[in-house]
Amino acid sequence: MMFLRGNAACPGCPIPKELDALLEVTGKKTVLVVPASCTSVILGDTQGGQPSTVPVIHSAFAAAPAIASGVAASLRMRGEEDATVVVWAGDGGTGDIGFASLSGAAERNENILYVCYDNEAYMNTGIQRSGLTPYGAWTTTTPSGKKEFKKPLPLIVAEHRVPYVATASIAYLNDYQSKVRKAKSIKGFRYIHLLSPCPPGWRFDAGLTVEIAKLAVETGVWPLYEIENGEFRLTSISKVLVDKSKRKPVEAYLRYQGRFSKMTPEEVKALQDYVDKMWEEIREMTKK
Amino acid sequence: MIDLSEIPVAKPAKGSAGKTGTWRVLRPVIRYDKCTRCRLCIMYCVENTIDQEPNLYPKIDYDYCKGCGVCAQVCPTKAIAMVPEVK
Ligand SMILES: Cc1ncc(C[n+]2csc(CCOP(=O)(O)OP(=O)(O)O)c2C)c(N)n1
Ligand code: SF4
Ligand code: SF4
Ligand code: SF4
Ligand SMILES: [Mg+2]
Repeated sequence: MMFLRGNAACPGCPIPKELDALLEVTGKKTVLVVPASCTSVILGDTQGGQPSTVPVIHSAFAAAPAIASGVAASLRMRGEEDATVVVWAGDGGTGDIGFASLSGAAERNENILYVCYDNEAYMNTGIQRSGLTPYGAWTTTTPSGKKEFKKPLPLIVAEHRVPYVATASIAYLNDYQSKVRKAKSIKGFRYIHLLSPCPPGWRFDAGLTVEIAKLAVETGVWPLYEIENGEFRLTSISKVLVDKSKRKPVEAYLRYQGRFSKMTPEEVKALQDYVDKMWEEIREMTKK
Repeated sequence: MIDLSEIPVAKPAKGSAGKTGTWRVLRPVIRYDKCTRCRLCIMYCVENTIDQEPNLYPKIDYDYCKGCGVCAQVCPTKAIAMVPEVK
């Protein structure tokens, strides 16, 4: 066990399990760099101790990729080539506030593994919208549902021509861990984008965390793929979902989440069309 | 060597947020006659509070289990019941 029980995460929060599964693969010689987020709180303090069994550096919001670049350089100078430096950051820290330093580290092809756990809003400060909040979702700053679509961050990072980019899900642990394993074996900038359901923020029953994560994949809302040296490949069950008849309708995913409860039938259709169009683009990418 | 004694450093510990078992409203109870030892609850318990016994059966650590109900949802044989803590 690499991430210890009894931490401050909400009941049903997938973050402790996601970190445990990550560290199980990257091992004891891992350093976590974590910008301000729910994870900062989960990681505890000097009084109660920390659930992480590996060293953690708490970072200012936009600084994590820069700090990780420095840590990686220092480890290289000391000849510790087998260590893994991981940035573990939320969607707000990754796609909005830390985006410039993420882009810089990717462009320099720094030897770090960047994991964005995406709970699709600024959860730690009380559910404000981020660039990665999906269309239609209620947040405290989008009281009638978000009007813009989710920023396609994994593809934007891939445009930096980094060696490895992947999406992942807590419901498909083997797929997630095999992506971490592959990322660990590669040198340079690696990026994993992990959809991370949040019971209070998405307004669903805490017991449904894994089920919701699974439905995101089964409806095609969250495709599982990897891009290795520019080559795009669908993974796990997403391989068969190019065929629209194999995908569940998006309602199956929206239904259990209070954040989507005010969507009109027209908005649900707009989201379905968006997902279908995304899969047409994916079909093109798999042909390349 | 740098003197680290003045730098605030946290050490790894179970229960960094205390005995989180006290947060529980519902208690997951495993009905062992229905359990097939498939390990899914152990794999998916988001809090890492289910251990595997030497006989391969799962055992919940109630000191820290937060009662979220993920284990009951993922169990394929519906062997885990969520029972109210207070009647
Ligand atoms: C520069 C700066 N602005 C704002 C904050 C306040 N703040 C702390 S955590 C947080 C939310 C982070 O959201 P995200 O990165 O998505 O992580 P989550 O909390 O959702 O896990 C904010 C806005 C801060 N710490 N620093
Ligand atoms: S608010 Fe959401 S992401 Fe943050 S600790 Fe709670 S469940 Fe986890
Ligand atoms: S209720 Fe939640 S914390 Fe408790 S054992 Fe089940 S999955 Fe783990
Ligand atoms: S998921 Fe259910 S059947 Fe499988 S080990 Fe746990 S209690 Fe037993
Ligand atoms: Mg977030």
